[in-house]
Amino acid sequence: MSPMIHHIPEHLIRAYAVGGLPQGFSLVVAAHISVCDECRARLETEEMAGGAILEALAPDTATDGRDTALLAAVMAELDDPAPAEPVFVRSGIFPAPVMQALDGRPPRWRPLGAGIRQTILNSDREGSVRLLFIPPGEAVPDHSHNGLELTMVLQGSFHDETGAFNVGDVEVADGTLEHSPVAGTGAPCICLAATDAPLRFRRFLPRLLQPVFRI
Amino acid sequence: MDNDAESRLCEQTAWLIAVRDNRDRDAFARLFEFYAPRIRTMLARSGRFGTAADDIIQDVMLRVWRKSAQFDPARASASAWIYRIARNRHIDVIRKDARPVPEELYIENTAEPDAAGGLALDQESRRLREAIGRLRPDQRAVIEQAYMGELSHTEISEISGLPLGTIKSRIRLGLDKLRHELKDLRTE
Ligand SMILES: [Zn+2]
Repeated sequence: MSPMIHHIPEHLIRAYAVGGLPQGFSLVVAAHISVCDECRARLETEEMAGGAILEALAPDTATDGRDTALLAAVMAELDDPAPAEPVFVRSGIFPAPVMQALDGRPPRWRPLGAGIRQTILNSDREGSVRLLFIPPGEAVPDHSHNGLELTMVLQGSFHDETGAFNVGDVEVADGTLEHSPVAGTGAPCICLAATDAPLRFRRFLPRLLQPVFRI
Repeated sequence: MDNDAESRLCEQTAWLIAVRDNRDRDAFARLFEFYAPRIRTMLARSGRFGTAADDIIQDVMLRVWRKSAQFDPARASASAWIYRIARNRHIDVIRKDARPVPEELYIENTAEPDAAGGLALDQESRRLREAIGRLRPDQRAVIEQAYMGELSHTEISEISGLPLGTIKSRIRLGLDKLRHELKDLRTE
């Protein structure tokens, strides 16, 4: 595992730990932690705090009878076989949580122009998350954001005004950053990108078309 | 395993190790009696009561039994590990899509459990509990809200006040050791 330079900010790890992030950001956090022990340690630290708070909560004693009955039901089930659940594992450049979002299948790329392709993994009213494929040396159009955008590199690299991003790195862009990422010249750049608002492209696609392309 | 060392672990963590290593049903029942009412409080805080809460508690505790081989006391207290399972299950129920979770990292039936790492983390865990006990009531209330999932991520970014630095270093050591063992397993 090569050391990463660009990690998930602490408050987002905490927000993930307590269950306060939209689906798309949660996917980027889970994908990065799959390959970054530094952030894994920070997540597990947040869970230590969560555990200490859980321990110190006043137990709900009004329901003692209910818990006794529930304990009996659980004890009776201990020897039952665990229900089958799909298990996803890493496949090539895609960490297990990305494979889960892909339902275990390879991505189905849709062209966006200029050789750029995307696969939308999830889109709801809290935002969206997609895979982006950018040919070597190709620029992603200038864009700024209404909200927060997290982009993790899965293959290749990209660079912009803020620095260089290699496999495993995560760029955090908020509404104030207007940037023009350019893919590195090696392998095509494949990224996992999540936003909590539609991207605003300054050229490349008229804003009216954005809902059509869901970009 | 060094029983003397283990007897100094906090009792919940010792119960979970007994479940993991000996499939100890009495220890499991104790874990249930300790955590079920607390998970119920946690669920009530986000508006989940009655049978909706029962279903989650039952599911969480069955997972504790079935997945105990993954518990590593050098990286988590029993409470931290069960907190994670409870959060994940609760969010799976709230959202239509499964919560994305990182790849698991553990060795099943590890020959040499990291007893020293477990004790060191356990001591830090005690200090954390004491620090929480010393918080001003208003600080304590905000931190409880944060870890019970009641704040937005903007509000969460303003939270501070828990001494977590040493705990992180301990967990990092536990992870480094595990990576080392995983590498040894691969080259055997
Ligand atoms: Zn990281």
